[in-house]
Amino acid sequence: MTTSASAGPAITFDRASFRVNGRALVHDLTLSVNHGETLVLLGRSGSGKTTSLKLINRLLVPSSGEVRVNGKSTTDWDPIRLRRSIGYVIQDGGLFPHFTVSRNIALVPQIENWPQEKIGARVRELLALVGLTPDLGDRYPQQLSGGQRQRVGVARALAADPPILLLDEPFGALDPITRSEIQKEFRDLQRRMKKAVIFVTHDLREALLLADRVALMEDGRLIANLPVTEFPHSDEPLVRAYVEAFSGTAPR
Amino acid sequence: MNFWHFMIANRQQVLDLTLEHIALVGLSILFAVLVGIPLGILITRVPQLSKAVIGGANIIQTIPSLALFGFLLPAPWIGERGGRLAVLALTLYALLPLIRNTYAGIQSVDPAVVEAGRAMGLTDRQLLFQVELPLASGVIVAGVRIATVLSVGVATIAAAIGAGGLGEFIFRGLAMVNNQVILAGAVPAAILALSADVGLGALERRLGSLRLRS
Repeated sequence: MTTSASAGPAITFDRASFRVNGRALVHDLTLSVNHGETLVLLGRSGSGKTTSLKLINRLLVPSSGEVRVNGKSTTDWDPIRLRRSIGYVIQDGGLFPHFTVSRNIALVPQIENWPQEKIGARVRELLALVGLTPDLGDRYPQQLSGGQRQRVGVARALAADPPILLLDEPFGALDPITRSEIQKEFRDLQRRMKKAVIFVTHDLREALLLADRVALMEDGRLIANLPVTEFPHSDEPLVRAYVEAFSGTAPR
Repeated sequence: MNFWHFMIANRQQVLDLTLEHIALVGLSILFAVLVGIPLGILITRVPQLSKAVIGGANIIQTIPSLALFGFLLPAPWIGERGGRLAVLALTLYALLPLIRNTYAGIQSVDPAVVEAGRAMGLTDRQLLFQVELPLASGVIVAGVRIATVLSVGVATIAAAIGAGGLGEFIFRGLAMVNNQVILAGAVPAAILALSADVGLGALERRLGSLRLRS
């Protein structure tokens, strides 16, 4: 799984579009993410963020243009190899309800046929990394709180140490306190991990907390792609509208 | 002579016919599982076939059982022995609940879970055996339960084509206009059906709890 060595960006969208029945969900997207960098894809529901994410691990294939992972078009990758080198976290974890927490976390190492002792050690290491106690390993997902499930989701995505991590509104379903806690933990984790991370959210505050760069999408198009420090001060009208919408409601 | 006297006096035959009955039903359900579950899986992968396959199984189910036995009578090898014929007919009857429940069970697995599995790099085969089938197993066992209970009843009619089983008593009792003899077939058949229902129902609930979601 050590495919991160290659030079150049980890992920490149090269004029990628994705159309369904003639309607473009993603339109002519050009964007890249470097190794060690966190890009937050920001935008309202239906703006094409999730679709863009699925183009990276080939859950979807671009209708035109291409998406390259480590310089190679996703259509040239073996989809199974590609996906096992990319961690994927979705809202509420998407955990297997019939697997214990440990088995959920061990999923990719298991299908990659790691030796059992190595898997066990890795699971314990990951539980600690995401702030869960070892005894939770024997529980089932439905016996956990939302925050715990989300941590397991992150641990599962990190299990085989993939060089790329995709997160789709991972903390969206959590209560505000747990959410802010887990956001800060994730930020610290990510600073140590140095992975290429694409994080999808509609929450501006989350974006500003976690991002190195923020890309705003609207109607399948990329509106802005700015370093996080510049984003709130952009003159781009749609960015300003987004920022103002949040500063109006956000507690200071 | 009342029912109990008859049962005790003929206990060996009651036992033989009951075992014969269980063999007819057991073999049919086994074959139906071997054919029906793969067909159910196939139509989740090739949805264009689902209408034809479920429709076909539906049509078989609408054929009255006695008529189906009759239709199969001229078949080579199968038609030579009542037992073979009965197993084939019962298998055909059991297909619909198995195909339908396998299909419905897999379709009802939370799409987010399947997508997460796919995104983690599970192959189609791994997705099927590690995620979809385990999560559908409760619904599939419900299909086996329905098919089994149905087959225990239909199998009594197989005695009409010489396949044996508890129907022997029922047909004999009808010919003799003797309720005791009819009951000697009907009561054990009812007990078999109930036991299958309760036993498989318990398994179904156990497996069904796998799919409990957050």
